[in-house]
Amino acid sequence: MSDTESKPESETNPGTEAWERIAARPEFEALLAAKRRFVVPCCVFFLLYYFALLYLVGWHLDLMKKPVLGKVNVAYLFALSQFFMAWGMAWLYMRKAAAYDRTVTEILKSENL
Amino acid sequence: MTIAMFLAFVIATLGITVWSAKKNTGSAAYFAAGRSIKGWQNGLAVAGDYMSAASFLGISGMIAFFGYDGFMYSVGFLVAYLTVLYVVAEPLRNAGKYTMADLLAYRLKARPVRAAASLSTLTVSTFYMVAQMIGAGVLVSTLLKDYTWITPNAAIIGVGILMIVYVIFGGMHGTTWVQIVKAVLLMTATFALSIMVMAEFDYSFVKFFDAIASLTYEKGGVEVTQNFLDPGLKFGAAAPAAGVGWGPLDLISLGLALVLATAGLPHILVRFYTVPDAKTARVSVVWAMVIIGVFYILTTFLGFGAATLLKPHLITNENMAAPELSHFLGGDIFFAFISAVAFATILAVVAGLTISASTSFAHDFYTNVLKHGKEVSQAKEVQVARIAAFFVGGISIALAIKLQTINVAFLVGLAFAVAASANLPVIVFSVFWKRFNTTGAVTGLLVGLLSSILLIVLSPSVMGIDGPGVAAAKRHLIQMDAIFPLTNPGIVSIPLGFLAAFLGTLFKREPESEAKFAEFSVRAHTGLGAEKAHDH
Repeated sequence: MSDTESKPESETNPGTEAWERIAARPEFEALLAAKRRFVVPCCVFFLLYYFALLYLVGWHLDLMKKPVLGKVNVAYLFALSQFFMAWGMAWLYMRKAAAYDRTVTEILKSENL
Repeated sequence: MTIAMFLAFVIATLGITVWSAKKNTGSAAYFAAGRSIKGWQNGLAVAGDYMSAASFLGISGMIAFFGYDGFMYSVGFLVAYLTVLYVVAEPLRNAGKYTMADLLAYRLKARPVRAAASLSTLTVSTFYMVAQMIGAGVLVSTLLKDYTWITPNAAIIGVGILMIVYVIFGGMHGTTWVQIVKAVLLMTATFALSIMVMAEFDYSFVKFFDAIASLTYEKGGVEVTQNFLDPGLKFGAAAPAAGVGWGPLDLISLGLALVLATAGLPHILVRFYTVPDAKTARVSVVWAMVIIGVFYILTTFLGFGAATLLKPHLITNENMAAPELSHFLGGDIFFAFISAVAFATILAVVAGLTISASTSFAHDFYTNVLKHGKEVSQAKEVQVARIAAFFVGGISIALAIKLQTINVAFLVGLAFAVAASANLPVIVFSVFWKRFNTTGAVTGLLVGLLSSILLIVLSPSVMGIDGPGVAAAKRHLIQMDAIFPLTNPGIVSIPLGFLAAFLGTLFKREPESEAKFAEFSVRAHTGLGAEKAHDH
């Protein structure tokens, strides 16, 4: 992961007009819409996945106590899968975010900022 | 031996502090480490800031005593970072400067919002810190029990003085590196312990899990065999009768607070100001998620290892499971190392809490509320923060000494509940909801804060009737039957926080805030105009 390159940006506040102009650009609106289309379903998914575990552990003990892999039961495997779910969701976001970064760079470039 | 390892860590971290002190020129250097921390470094520092003794010792102990249900904490603590990654880290870095309140004050009226946010920050940090310090007092005096002069009081004062020194002289730079060193030590210790546990089972997962699944130990003088992989030992439907909790609903309430609180914990949020830009902030969350995730998966070996190898009834108490396991596996030297790691863990967390609390006091309350955001020089702001750190530290030492004889297990839960119920709703609304305004922010913060406190006070954590044989440190503060049945208020207080922020907003329109949403949005999502990194 590269993490040190910080691109030079405009040092000063670009002024009210510029903010409004960028906010109204179709590319910017599309960017926000794209982020929303990704982030909202992802949040819903990870919360459902997480609370599914808590719900099953709370109210469906018989199912959760079933051994699957030797003595390892559904409960432990489901809990362990939460870690991989979280890492997977983070990886997905990093991929998406790289595309968002490119859009941002283009918008700022065309504004000469 | 143990004390030599403690001293080695203290000397190393004081060295870091002296080295950092030279870099502290100007407020961005002091409050945000010059925004020059690299992504992987900040990832380690976030992990070091986050994984408290309650994680290392507490969760290991909970798994050792309650099996699978203890592991539930581990899961929640990692999944919580998705909220940080998706919702908070980047807008915060782009729109803010030093504190959580910066994000809120960007388009809302600064004084009321900063006053409320600062109150919430100081509350969360102080509660959390007092809990950590009381834990530190008991732990350090137990670990160093050969030295009778190290009483819990002496340990609390020692930890308190060290954290004040780190923060006042080292600033954010010093605190960051203390956290990085601690994270590396903690991961090393956890890996070493895990491998040594597996060695006892001939590196066979089959043997390990077989042992967990039929664990024979004594419970109330009777020998029982229990499958420790089965859920329900702490939060099961049968648990309320045993007085452990209110069963599954308490688990849901706890889970809600765990998964939503992290994105509202002030000492975690300030870490994202220490990196050059939002992209690096994002990268650092992912680094943190990898480190924290691996750590919490490894609690499997620490917790179940202690349960199977030591047997729950032979472990002194929950906090001693990991240290006693290390003694069993590696003798005095390894015990000394693990104890020093636990000590390092506490110090790094309390230093992080102290700096976030004092930054909020100086930047939010002093500069922007008392001085109306005008004419405060950088040097003055840093000076106020240093004085605030001294007082925050001093008050925490005094409270920890005063409160150590009473049962304070509820303090960490309270800090998480406030972070999730007061801070998170207003952060989410200010980033995503154009109409959100000052009234909504203030009502959300105050209702979230007060409802969390009130519900905890009425809960079985504080209220309950104890028999005459219960030790002072375990007695309930109020000797009456609990009015609110859950130990974790999240399931009620979090919706209340959101609702209050929502209704408060509808109460009155604020055209200035709505007009500034376009600017805020562009800045939060593009980083245009964001605070720059400073070279030293």
